[in-house]
Amino acid sequence: MRALSFDIAHLLAGLMLVLSFLLLYQDRITAMLNVFAMQAVALSASVAWQAVIQDAPHLLVTAAIALVVKGIVIPTALHRIVRKLGIHREIEEVIGAGLTMLVGLGLVALSILLMLPVGEKVSILVREDLAFALAVILLGLLMMITRRNAVTQIVGFMSLENGLVLAASGAKGMPLVVEFSVAFSVLIAFIVFGVFVFRIRERFDSVDVSALDRFRGERGEQP
Amino acid sequence: MSAALFAILWIPAVAVAVLAFVESYRLGAALNVLAAGLTFVAGLSMLFAPQYRTDILIVDDFNVYLVTLTTFVAFTSSIFSASYIGHELEIGRLTPKSLRFYHALYQAMIGAMNVALVANNVGLLWVGLEVATLTTVMMVGIYRTPAAVEAAWKYFILGSVGIALAFFGTILVYLVSQEVVGEGLQAMAWDVMLQNSAKFDPKLLSLAFVFLLVGYGTKVGLAPFHAWLPDAHAEGPTPISAVLSGLLLNVALYALLRFKMMLAANPDTIDVGQVLIVLGLVSLIFAAFMLYRRRDIKRMFAYSSIEHMGIMAFAFGMGGPLANFAGLLHMTMHSLTKSAIFFAVGHIAQVKGTQRIADIKGLSVTHPVLAVGLGLGVVAIAGLPPFGVFMSEFMLVSSSFARQPLLAVVLVFGLLVAFGALILRMQDVLFGEPSGPIGGVKASYVPLFVHLAIVLVAGLWLPEPVVQWFRSVAAQLG
Repeated sequence: MRALSFDIAHLLAGLMLVLSFLLLYQDRITAMLNVFAMQAVALSASVAWQAVIQDAPHLLVTAAIALVVKGIVIPTALHRIVRKLGIHREIEEVIGAGLTMLVGLGLVALSILLMLPVGEKVSILVREDLAFALAVILLGLLMMITRRNAVTQIVGFMSLENGLVLAASGAKGMPLVVEFSVAFSVLIAFIVFGVFVFRIRERFDSVDVSALDRFRGERGEQP
Repeated sequence: MSAALFAILWIPAVAVAVLAFVESYRLGAALNVLAAGLTFVAGLSMLFAPQYRTDILIVDDFNVYLVTLTTFVAFTSSIFSASYIGHELEIGRLTPKSLRFYHALYQAMIGAMNVALVANNVGLLWVGLEVATLTTVMMVGIYRTPAAVEAAWKYFILGSVGIALAFFGTILVYLVSQEVVGEGLQAMAWDVMLQNSAKFDPKLLSLAFVFLLVGYGTKVGLAPFHAWLPDAHAEGPTPISAVLSGLLLNVALYALLRFKMMLAANPDTIDVGQVLIVLGLVSLIFAAFMLYRRRDIKRMFAYSSIEHMGIMAFAFGMGGPLANFAGLLHMTMHSLTKSAIFFAVGHIAQVKGTQRIADIKGLSVTHPVLAVGLGLGVVAIAGLPPFGVFMSEFMLVSSSFARQPLLAVVLVFGLLVAFGALILRMQDVLFGEPSGPIGGVKASYVPLFVHLAIVLVAGLWLPEPVVQWFRSVAAQLG
């Protein structure tokens, strides 16, 4: 039983990591939203499994939130926003998919190297869970950096947050996990709302320095 | 729970609920000042409240003074804000509807900062900082110009990444702690962790701190995590720039220091001091040079805030009674001075109708009172005697010369570079050929000059209880 519970937890966390990699090279926004919804479902299953093996029924609430909010509500809302903004057909140029994947692999290696050797007192299951979670977090960060579209950046952030919830549910007996997952849902709702209200399509940052200067009110005659 | 503690948490909460429904902006502004004032009275009375702890909240020497400072600056900024928004409404940059939103958010921010300051549970500390960040994000974007939306978005994304990494760090800290303390709420209580930290696994604790450092360091605005800070200061309403620089950066630094204390109590962890010294000096030097190229007056003072947060990080990184004392004093003085400068800059940008330094000239002729306010503020922040900032910088420089002469040379170099930039840029603004509108101002000068007076008095003479407080906290910080 001990070994089996270990394996299932691994399987689910590993599934999330694989889905993170899938997210990295999606070039169509709708496909990416679907992959994200799958990751949220995997997260929900993973948290629910933690609830069973840790005998912590309150984690089921977190699992339910992950399933309903991130698996269904937010992807649906984002699908509608994407259609309203008219970017659902757009194909986003992913900067160097191969390179991004390589960097992603490096990040996974980094998180394993960081998490596994430390804390001999912490059980190996928790450490491996944390290594998975950190990898998902770092891949989310990578996605936020390499993408230019506001919606894809949000998805990157939410995937990062999936990693955080995975980490929090794996930390044995951590109080307030449910509250944190609620707080995160509120945060995400705000971001989605913000994108919709302000109709942010592109990140304003660009390599064109003159555009930056215009927005920063710093263009003008040289001093 | 003492009445004062209850009040600083619940007055802002009630005010949020009330202000969200107040239609009239005048009434809203008055209520905002009233609520902030009451919170300040409660914060002031915290100084006399006994120490207190539960697994959730804590009142000790370290946070009680910061609560007083925070509620004070929040109060004076609300007075400034009341006169500032009237003008913004006239020129149509804000609407009565967005002001309702603004006032409710302002109180939410004060409440969240108070929660973060008195939290004993490290998770609650994180929640407080997260909420405070979110409210300021929304206030930064309130003008809805492309620049403001860009600034808010950037702040949002970078702030969220900071939030996320800090949360991962918090989970790790809990994991280390529950191995020793046992599962449950007490394993997240900061004071319990501090008592037991010598028994914690040093490697995992160090790793946790790295995440916390990057996470909360983003909010402190330390280079290289500072990219959101200048935009957020420049594009939002000026009262928000004042509280961002004066308060939120301090609260984030405070969070970092709480964790630093935990690591200092465990001899086998990484040397946090050295990390802070490096980050501090990098921020100081970087920001000092960036000051020269600024053309936007609010952006310029935002870089100055990065510079000063760097000085504080350096001071706490050096550690020891004297440097910690200097760091705490600098936190207070910078908070008061920088918010005073933003009060002056806010009115100046309003009367001149621009934030471009090149278009603001000869204030000493056109608006002498504002010019005096800004001039004194700049003199103070540049670190000239007899103001309080000089005191703290002098203490820091002399103590570091005694211990690490090479680092002290770098520190002094950074200070001088920043000093030169401020004087160079502000000369034309204050004494150049007058240009632009010369119309009158409906300004409230009281907050500006009250802050400057406190900074001046602190530079000349620090009351004994304050010195005692700084000493005891400096000793705690190790």
